Amino acid sequence: MPKDGGIGASTKRREDVRFLTGKGRYTDDINIRGQLYAHFIRSQVAHGTIRKIDTRDAEAMPGVVKVFTSADFTGVGGIPTGWQVTSRDGQPMLEPKHPVLAEGKVRHVGDPIAVVVAETLDQARDAAEAVEIDIDELPAVVDMKAAVKGGPLVHDEIGSNLCYDWGFVEENKAAVDEAFKKAAHVTTLDLVNNRLIANPMEPRVAVGDYEDHSGQHTLYTTSQNPHVIRLLMGAFVLAIPEHKLRVVAPDVGGGFGSKIYHYAEEAFVTKAAQILKRPVKWTSSRSEAFISDAQGRDHLTRIQLALDADHNFTALRCETYANMGAYLSTFAPCIPTWLHGTLLAGNYKTPLVYTNVKAVFTNTVPVDAYRGAGRPEATFQLERVIDMAARELGVSPVELRRKNFIQPDQFPYQTPVAVVYDTGNYQATLDKLLDLSDHAGFEARAAESKARGKLRGFGLAHYIEACGIAPSNLVGQLGARAGLYESATVRVNATGSITVFTGSHSHGQGHETTFAQVISEMIGIDASQVDIVHGDTSNSPMGMGTYGSRSLAVGGSAMVKATNKIINKAKKIAAHLMEASEADIELKGGKFTVAGTDKEKSWVDITLAAYVPHNYPLESMEPGLEETAFYDPSNFTYPAGAYGCEVEVDPDTGKVTILSFTAADDFGNVVNPMIVAGQVHGGLAQGIGQAMLENCVFDENGQLLSGSFMDYAMPRADDVPFYSVDHSCATPCTHNPLGVKGCGEAGAIGSPPAVVNAVLDALHRGGFTHVTHIDMPVSPSRVWQAMHG
Amino acid sequence: MHNFDFVKPSTIAEAVAALSHEGAQALSGGQTLIPTMKQRLAAPATLVSLTGIAEMQGVCLGDGGLHIGAATPHATVAREAKAHYPALAKLAGGIGDPAVRNKGTVGGSLANNDPAACYPSAVLASGATIVTNTRTIAADDYFQGMFTTALHDGEIITSVVFPIPEKAAYVKFDQPASRFALTGVFVAKYAGGVRVAVTGASQDGVFRWHEAEAALSANFSPAAVSGLAMESRHMIADLHGTPAYRANLVKVLTSRAVAAAG
Amino acid sequence: MTKVSMTVNGRTVSGEAEGRTLLSSFLREGLGMTGTHIGCDTSQCGACVVHVNGQAVKSCTVFVQDVAGSDVRTIEGMANADGSLSVIQQAFQDHHGLQCGFCTPGMVMSAAALLKENPTPTESEVRHYLEGNICRCTGYHNIVKAVLAASGQDVSKIAAE
Repeated sequence: MPKDGGIGASTKRREDVRFLTGKGRYTDDINIRGQLYAHFIRSQVAHGTIRKIDTRDAEAMPGVVKVFTSADFTGVGGIPTGWQVTSRDGQPMLEPKHPVLAEGKVRHVGDPIAVVVAETLDQARDAAEAVEIDIDELPAVVDMKAAVKGGPLVHDEIGSNLCYDWGFVEENKAAVDEAFKKAAHVTTLDLVNNRLIANPMEPRVAVGDYEDHSGQHTLYTTSQNPHVIRLLMGAFVLAIPEHKLRVVAPDVGGGFGSKIYHYAEEAFVTKAAQILKRPVKWTSSRSEAFISDAQGRDHLTRIQLALDADHNFTALRCETYANMGAYLSTFAPCIPTWLHGTLLAGNYKTPLVYTNVKAVFTNTVPVDAYRGAGRPEATFQLERVIDMAARELGVSPVELRRKNFIQPDQFPYQTPVAVVYDTGNYQATLDKLLDLSDHAGFEARAAESKARGKLRGFGLAHYIEACGIAPSNLVGQLGARAGLYESATVRVNATGSITVFTGSHSHGQGHETTFAQVISEMIGIDASQVDIVHGDTSNSPMGMGTYGSRSLAVGGSAMVKATNKIINKAKKIAAHLMEASEADIELKGGKFTVAGTDKEKSWVDITLAAYVPHNYPLESMEPGLEETAFYDPSNFTYPAGAYGCEVEVDPDTGKVTILSFTAADDFGNVVNPMIVAGQVHGGLAQGIGQAMLENCVFDENGQLLSGSFMDYAMPRADDVPFYSVDHSCATPCTHNPLGVKGCGEAGAIGSPPAVVNAVLDALHRGGFTHVTHIDMPVSPSRVWQAMHG
Repeated sequence: MHNFDFVKPSTIAEAVAALSHEGAQALSGGQTLIPTMKQRLAAPATLVSLTGIAEMQGVCLGDGGLHIGAATPHATVAREAKAHYPALAKLAGGIGDPAVRNKGTVGGSLANNDPAACYPSAVLASGATIVTNTRTIAADDYFQGMFTTALHDGEIITSVVFPIPEKAAYVKFDQPASRFALTGVFVAKYAGGVRVAVTGASQDGVFRWHEAEAALSANFSPAAVSGLAMESRHMIADLHGTPAYRANLVKVLTSRAVAAAG
Repeated sequence: MTKVSMTVNGRTVSGEAEGRTLLSSFLREGLGMTGTHIGCDTSQCGACVVHVNGQAVKSCTVFVQDVAGSDVRTIEGMANADGSLSVIQQAFQDHHGLQCGFCTPGMVMSAAALLKENPTPTESEVRHYLEGNICRCTGYHNIVKAVLAASGQDVSKIAAE
């Protein structure tokens, strides 16, 4: 019987009512009296020297208040990078300056050069055409291999386009090479992990406000982590102390990573509001988002798998070029390294793994985390090379995986790539997947497709994800310049209702509902008595925000920790009121009882006593009932799963149709199954998008060819099927109080190789056995070329 | 976008007068023009909306076939042409998406002549007549390369007359992002022969595939095109398809259109 | 500037507009009705869909002067008279048909237009009708399910919670 509340219930989302009635409050809905509008003038060339910027004519135009250039930002810091990677030779990565507005040079199409601030947006745009900008175009470098082989320098002052050259695990390199020499079989695959654009439906917006008399700055921004923006922008860019800087991220319309980072536009509106003494608003157009939001993926990889004569994986060796774009975005350096190399063991007991990652500067838009971030890249190469090996060896891809799985009794499992998996059961998810997808009936379905002239294929992929990245002292050693804890303040009000202030940020995940379910379960009061507040640095403790599938595992744990402090204190108050020993007090269903007696106090009796402390142990305890906790996890969480995709290929056109997609995930314990399923659905669509549709492409001059939804194919409702998702194969996390694992990114991690494996399976069954790989997206044109080209 | 004066005449005569002014441009639904103006790639001084002109609205049978007012939205054509010319109705019902079909018009599409638009293939395959405020133009004379037509400055398409074929079908292969035609083929069989028009594929815009017309006029069956060769030399190359791929699609879709026409 | 009047959600409204003022800007900035969202500038995403004289249109691709005098309905006018969620809105909540909520107003408006034209659509018809509305969060599963449920069809056989 499904629960109707608390942990495990598919509680309907409370936030939906405002979104369904047009009453959501997104950043672009905020308008402050007297506000001005900013329009960014961005580079139309990928690489060039700025010779002259003449703003005089523009400044004389109607409504124009000021035209800003980098000259107005002297003394302002660059946009900082939050992670430092160390190269194989022990040297720190190269870290060029990322100015708020271009200084001397432009380095990618979209690099901001000047900003017109005017009374209306149309006036700002009109005046932008009158700003005279003279740029000497320089040869652009777009291809990563060319960039490190002496192509034009993106940043002259650092002398190289190679940001870092990272080896992992460097100490294992010789042993890996040795294992390859001894291998009975080696499978080699060269592949591209295509560049993607996150494209949350809400474009970015930033509104800066400044109070002259107090020196108080407020930034309203579309962020996944307002506290991080406050820290990065305040401390490193604008030198504003935290108590004078409030950052608010209200309703945010999706992020998928692209709203983690601190962006130049945020610093601009904050500073411009101070200079002009008026609020300044910037709203990105979608076209602007295509050239100013940090993008994702973009790896060139060679992966090699060594197997012994019994088909055991003996070693894995990878070499990857990872595109950083023109500047280092906030977390860019850690994506192809610590979020990628550490996942290369996958679900398998491969004893030796070595990867080399070269991060490269190019004259393209910066690249950073996008849903999954490093883990989809790791999963894709691993799950593709295993399928390829199975084909080369003539064995079942299902059985080859099963044979090499880490066994259920091997947990906790120390991988050769640093991380320790706490729990898992990969056989169980595989069996569940084969059952749910009616694998037994596949051959009959394939025959039916064949009768219609179509090629049917099944693709399998397993994934593991390390999410809720932690602990802070370890990530500090690995180069992180931030902690990765989370915080919560639980404020119990006098009459028993509760307000929770969390450092996690909800931009679609439904925290207002799920976090309240957890508190409701712990205390035994109705969830309607609990409100969740997030997104405002002025009322919540320092938090790290929402990304990397961390909110419930880390933020939820902080909330549990604070709530336990509340319960402990409440029990002391109850013990005092009922003249009993604290050890005998039990809390159940919102009532405090004394074990072995019929004494009872309600939750409200206790909360009232805490705030009206007439009968209260004031000598030993403070009044009030409010607690803050910070939770720093001892390990990542490791969700894992088995994904299966069934496709049909039209041999005449190369068009791939996804007939079914099944996901069997292990997320540990689940608070709200409806929301978890929704997270998987969304991830699957993004993974299917990467596999079949989406491709961010620059030409050799650095011009973006896929610069709008007219050329960047977003998944639509008719591109995808109903999905079958399951999370019953749960092995709860052993090191967080709720036993939960992250679920936000899984769908995007496991699905791309399942789709591509399915397409390859279909082609092989159709006799196109010469096709060994097709790079994503497996568009009709590419599939047809692979078959007939 | 740049600012402009907006006028919405209620007769063709008023529209012609308004368009005679320097910098005036017609707006006929705007589903392509408005996005272009947002990019500041078009900057009319005056925009003359044609959608308030009653005499340019509607679908009816008349001399020479089915008459469609140039300012008739695609959704209306999809609904009202169905009984008379189902292939044309199906084409109209597959343009863009439902909201776009409620605003976009046949006249707007033809005046723009986007090389990936659907309507030009129907007009060319049907041997339709473009009626303007001053003259009539045969389809074969109207399309003059991508985004180029026989229209003069200030000339307004007022209606299009489609001769109704014995059999016809349009098969479109979507460009996955824009949902315009990556390639689309319209096949129409008339007593005098078969016409085949291809959109989305060629750098020169919509074109007739004469070899297929000859083969299908002799034998109206899907197999009739299988032996034909389609040159890829003038085909469009972009992110979504190579010239060879588009050439293949032309053949595949022609064959499928013949099958669909029955 | 030209004065433009129209009916929005049953209320007569008027405001000043330039030639270039889009219906979406008129609603959001002129009338302060921010439920209608802008998600792109190429008429693709559908976050801005409203009804004009009963028909779904993309309000970011319509000049307000072109629809002066029209009867416009937006997401703010979709709830029942007593303020409770309408059948479609309720189905979106019941079936988790939204996450970040940004595409939701356009989705609801398109779904309403679909069900008016076709009261019991098939899954394929729903998916096809919604091709002009992009959602990045839900993978469409629960949106399609919600629309089918709003049409009164049994969705209990469709997978997942």
